[in-house]
Amino acid sequence: MTDSTRILDAYESETPARDAAGDEPRAAGGGGGPSAREPLVVAGLYVASILGALVVSAILVVVATDGSARDVFTALLDGSLRSPGAWGLTLTTAAPLLLVACGSIVSTRAGLINIGQEGQVLIGSCFAAYVAVRLGTPGWSVVVLSLLAGAVGGGAWAGVAAGLRRWRRVPEVLTTLLLTFISFPLITYGLSQSWLLADRNTERRNQLNTGEQLPSDALLPDLRVFGNDIDTGFFIALGLTLALAWMIARTVLGVRIGMLGLNPRAAQRFGVSSERLTTWALIGAGATAGAAGGVLLTGGAAGDRLVFGFAGNFGWDGLLIALLARNRLLVAIPMAFVFAMLRTGSSFLAATGVNRTMTDVVQALLVLALLVPPAILFVRDRRRSLRAAAEDGV
Amino acid sequence: MDFFHALGDIFSAEALYISTFQLGVLFAFAAGGEWVAERAGTLNISVEGMLLAGAFGAVVGNHLVANSAAGLLVGALFGLAVGALQANLSHRLTANEFVVGLALNVLVLGLTAFLMTSFDIGGARASTWTILLLSEIPLVGEALFARPWPGYLVYSLVPLLWLLVYRTRWGLEVRAVGEDPQAADVSGIHVNARRRQAVYLVGLTSGIGGAFFVLGQVGSFQSGMINGRGFIVLAAVIFGGWTLRGTMTGCALFGLVEALTIATSVQGYRIDPFILDAAPYAVALAVVLLFAARVRQPRALAVPFVRGLT
Repeated sequence: MTDSTRILDAYESETPARDAAGDEPRAAGGGGGPSAREPLVVAGLYVASILGALVVSAILVVVATDGSARDVFTALLDGSLRSPGAWGLTLTTAAPLLLVACGSIVSTRAGLINIGQEGQVLIGSCFAAYVAVRLGTPGWSVVVLSLLAGAVGGGAWAGVAAGLRRWRRVPEVLTTLLLTFISFPLITYGLSQSWLLADRNTERRNQLNTGEQLPSDALLPDLRVFGNDIDTGFFIALGLTLALAWMIARTVLGVRIGMLGLNPRAAQRFGVSSERLTTWALIGAGATAGAAGGVLLTGGAAGDRLVFGFAGNFGWDGLLIALLARNRLLVAIPMAFVFAMLRTGSSFLAATGVNRTMTDVVQALLVLALLVPPAILFVRDRRRSLRAAAEDGV
Repeated sequence: MDFFHALGDIFSAEALYISTFQLGVLFAFAAGGEWVAERAGTLNISVEGMLLAGAFGAVVGNHLVANSAAGLLVGALFGLAVGALQANLSHRLTANEFVVGLALNVLVLGLTAFLMTSFDIGGARASTWTILLLSEIPLVGEALFARPWPGYLVYSLVPLLWLLVYRTRWGLEVRAVGEDPQAADVSGIHVNARRRQAVYLVGLTSGIGGAFFVLGQVGSFQSGMINGRGFIVLAAVIFGGWTLRGTMTGCALFGLVEALTIATSVQGYRIDPFILDAAPYAVALAVVLLFAARVRQPRALAVPFVRGLT
């Protein structure tokens, strides 16, 4: 993550404390209004920019198609929450997104820029599919092994980038990205070879390059609540996120990771082995993304078999969630839910005559809108403290 | 041997050099601008979106005025618009440049796909200008001197960029900003303004590159047409070690790799499509593996600048 956001995080967490202690009034206010209004300003900014994004999307719907914006909105809500069984599906969809996001958050906190989650998800799902279809161990052990295989696959794929970073000093921004584009033809190849992933039922295979249908043992069980089937994967994702949040906030390792991201040089002075820790953080992020691929496959959010185009932007979206949550794991949970809502809601869009790609537009606009308020606040606070410093100096 | 026979076949066909040039132009425009931006210390991964916006702009402009020059212009403006968003969000508002870049890539991809299904905008193609005599040169004549007219712009791009970066005050300031923003700031250079301007430049050139891809190569707009080439551009800049000459060599190399994958399948050699699809990215990966450690990147690359910090 960049310095600016990190400093912003530090700043935000600092300000209320200072106010509560009744320290210098200038710290929060500069020369301006009372700090009691601050939460209102922040909330107002967020509301305004999100509304702005929604208005732009509505204008697009009205101008570019003959649909009405209200229809689109109700369709999205119906598809994601209101229709029978919808919110269970939304939670199931949120699971892989959250898994990808929590891995990315940890690696970003360690100062890495891993943007290859899409490929890591894909490779993870390939490993998971191979184990699920070919291993044939009895009972529930299949699904556990298959998720583990997914994590190993994703971790190995990220490990390539981690190794290149460690031993050849290649920036991981680029390698993770290039590896993603290599993973696409790789899955196509795997799906065309019957000794790898292709369906062994030749009749089906000749129609399409698809993987074999997973045996029912290899599917994650669902939990049925009020007529909604919630996949176990969601609880795995939630549990992992909470565990990682605890790790970051309460353990030595978490402090080391945070220090490494905030100031690598200082971290090394304090005895943090930066090379080893960043390598493992990147591999760990890949492993969670790979596990997300496994959850995607065995949880039923994307069908019951591996097909071409399988990862379906789950990796990219997970990364966006991580970045938008500004590297706070607990914020990523609701964020993942919103992204999942857009996904499940988009299946209801067809009835309104508006193309599904509209949800991509809405999503991207929301992402941009969520970027603006913290940036504005940061610039404002920066200016205020500079002004205050100048007054002091004279 | 069979293998060398095949290689001879492929390398003696004009088609190889033609597609190398075509793809090279796409890469060169985008990478030229991106090189300037990276010298200014900003790594913008929205090149992908800029190229796609440029390609979309080309069909829109051609649809509005029915003229390929208009297509090129609108393409450049669309690219510039993406650049303007990227620049102002990340170097005025200090939002994370990678987040902005990713979001813009998604936005452009979604928006163009959405608009394409909503409007029927048709295709666009630029006329070919053939230069007498020169185009008769065997093997590479047609590839270099009988091209769709926007392709010739690439011959002026390189000297212009060189002059801009190495022989103007602006270029000096851009390089200073990329090396040591604090020092540049102290000496009175507006760091973030230079970075914004550099991003406008990459938006403009990438827009032209994307527009050329439509006008000179594909002839119509497809949603997946850029397909990660914007990221190859980033690899080309690293390959070039942040020099103009190296970056352009990288563009030619990546153009050649992609042209080779096209040529082998066109000439009927049965190579697994998996290898062909992966080749450009695998080569890019190998190239950064070999070169990244040997060259020195701009010291403030991808480090945001906020006055008074550090």
